[in-house]
Amino acid sequence: MLNLLGDFIGELRAAGIPVSMSEHVDAARAVGVIDLGNRSLVRATLAATLVKDGDHLPVFTTAFDVFFSIRSWDSAEAVMGDDEDEKGEREGSAGATGPGQARGQGGGGGTTMSAQELAELLYRALRDGDRDAMRLGAGEAVTRYSGMEPGRPVGGTYYLYRTLRNLELESLEQRLLGGSLQGRPDGLAERLARDEVMARIEQLKAEIEREIRERLVEDRGSKALAKSVRKPLPEDLDVMHANRDEMAQLERALRPLSRKLATRLARKRRRRRRGPVDLRHTVRRSLSTGGVPLDLRFKPPRPAKPEIFVIADVSGSVASFARFTLHLVHAISSQFSKVRSFVFVDGLDEVTRLFEGVEDPADAVARINAEADVIAFDGHSDYGRALVTFHDEYAKDLTKRSTVLILGDARNNYHQAHAEVLADLHYRAKSVYWLNPEPASYWNSGDSIMSQYAPYCNRVIECRTLRQLEAFVGELA
Amino acid sequence: MSALDPKEELAQRLGLSSVPPVRFDSPEQVQKLLAENDYLSDEAIASVVYLADRLAKPVLIEGPAGTGKTALAKAVADSIGARLIRLQCYEGLDESKALYEWNYRKQLLRIQAGRPEGTGIEEWSRLEEDIFAEEFMLTRPLLEAITATDPVVLLIDEVDRVELETEALMLEILSEYQVSIPELGTVRAKQIPMVFLTSNNTRELSEALKRRCLYLYVGYPSVERERDIILSRVPGISQALAVQIAQVVRSLRTIDLKKKPSVSETLDWARTLVVLGRDEIGDEDATATLHILLKYQSDIERATKELLGRSRPVA
Repeated sequence: MLNLLGDFIGELRAAGIPVSMSEHVDAARAVGVIDLGNRSLVRATLAATLVKDGDHLPVFTTAFDVFFSIRSWDSAEAVMGDDEDEKGEREGSAGATGPGQARGQGGGGGTTMSAQELAELLYRALRDGDRDAMRLGAGEAVTRYSGMEPGRPVGGTYYLYRTLRNLELESLEQRLLGGSLQGRPDGLAERLARDEVMARIEQLKAEIEREIRERLVEDRGSKALAKSVRKPLPEDLDVMHANRDEMAQLERALRPLSRKLATRLARKRRRRRRGPVDLRHTVRRSLSTGGVPLDLRFKPPRPAKPEIFVIADVSGSVASFARFTLHLVHAISSQFSKVRSFVFVDGLDEVTRLFEGVEDPADAVARINAEADVIAFDGHSDYGRALVTFHDEYAKDLTKRSTVLILGDARNNYHQAHAEVLADLHYRAKSVYWLNPEPASYWNSGDSIMSQYAPYCNRVIECRTLRQLEAFVGELA
Repeated sequence: MSALDPKEELAQRLGLSSVPPVRFDSPEQVQKLLAENDYLSDEAIASVVYLADRLAKPVLIEGPAGTGKTALAKAVADSIGARLIRLQCYEGLDESKALYEWNYRKQLLRIQAGRPEGTGIEEWSRLEEDIFAEEFMLTRPLLEAITATDPVVLLIDEVDRVELETEALMLEILSEYQVSIPELGTVRAKQIPMVFLTSNNTRELSEALKRRCLYLYVGYPSVERERDIILSRVPGISQALAVQIAQVVRSLRTIDLKKKPSVSETLDWARTLVVLGRDEIGDEDATATLHILLKYQSDIERATKELLGRSRPVA
């Protein structure tokens, strides 16, 4: 058990969950006081001792399923001679035949059920919400449709896709909906019925995914599989390549950003409790000690009021990044008093007013998409033009207290760079930062002209994940 | 296993005369006891509470507002017949409010009362020893929890509201069950209390704090659990209505709202519907009472549109 635990923790660390030595010890102690035969108890125990962040739980669960699969659990139990396992789990595994037999895809020769019987079984299981039947059906479906081939180093996504496609879940959904909606056509009831059906189908999908994973574990072993199914933590997701679910995760994770920024700022402000030495006051005090300035007096601190100019690329090539950056802009503008924000594609527009008084970043993003006038010609991003426009209209507002933030991938579609404009902005402002959503190794490839702009930036920062963004915001604050 | 039981070890370190008995036999028993106190737990919750007792470790509970984090601590206290000591955290909370404070006025009285007897150096040192005794100390929740001799459950509520620096105050108590007071020395716990911390995750808690705790994430309950919660907490509600309420709330939570309905709001809504004498939620009832579940006008409009497929009629 301790070896297995060590491997498991290794996997968690590889996935990015920080597990400290003392947490490892705690986990080892905790498994000593619980009933090891109970799988879900073990899961709860390990989750409580090893994972200290709610956002990390999905990654933990995946890893747990791989390392402590139900099947290996069963066999371990058999070895220990313990036979009081839940029946449902037994049946679930009994319905599953080895992956070798699964090759007769569509033929139906190797399985015990015909396609219709399987569809009927699933329909009934879904209709009654019968978990055991669902598990049995999932096993059967995987055997029948996934076409698994042993020994291939895959994570099972394709198998899942193939199984689901063959099951024709949509028609199943329609059938279920038709069945539960009889004679109740009013709005609310319909919506509830639909959500219920969706939830059950999600359950079935999860069941199928689990089943596939179980078989893969059997085929290739936990460690190898864990590597293929490893998913990044929300803060490590690559913003440019996030799918819809991941994007939703990201936005959830972004929401506390402005609050975090606020706490960090507040701490910083508190720490600098004193301003510079107040000479006049100090000399006056020194009179009582014969002119010796024993007691230094300080001016009250003056809170810095940085002016921030944010210029964000919102073109299609960085669409998902743009959403992300607009959230960032919102977070910044809620914390600093003087923030002016601009968005551009090949034209540039000031959007400061669109952020004003908006509580929810999503609203602001929607307004910007609807109202900002950013396309001058063809809708391909043109950094040179945008910078020139910015320079012409707003450069006069830059002072030595201004910070300029440019957010974009510097892919200029082979337009002119106009780096000299950035040079002048750099000269006028306190500092210029460039946040680039592409990995540093892609910079300057193709039409990316990062290197032409880089000399005039105080720093160019690779900003692909929330973690990197937070690190930068921390420095800025 | 040959290793010492965690609780025994802690008891030895604290110098307790006997090892405190195990409070729960199994997670199932936790679940049962909590249910008797009107708190419907699930397996994860029950397991963590069980572990907290066996390992003698505090539990950090996180999750969205209104999912029963504080209620869990209360229910645990009730189920083991312990007194609940609650420390409500807020920004600016400091040592004198969380741990202890010297009772300055009483000290002053003691000094004045002792004055006529003499003014020698000896007298002074005796006095000094005297006024920094436990008698002159005002115990605050944290200290009270570990010095109590009757069974207690300590609840540190909304720990994410205090500043990072203040968090450090709690570390000693959380890991060692002791408090060091400069004038007095170290005060060790006389028993091992159960400790719960709750957080709404408004800021990242420090690693040091997290490491010392077991972690429990309490999310929104599943439809089945929410239904059971409604059934147990709202008297006189029918099974069918409870199911329907749970389903409506689940659907609402899938919509992108500013503030998702919490369990406590669900319960309020259920009570309202019972008072109104409804057995089923029709479209009209839903529109009329949605404001109990949702607290923003924009949320209400959006939910009405999504759930009922039309916009809210102008009232």
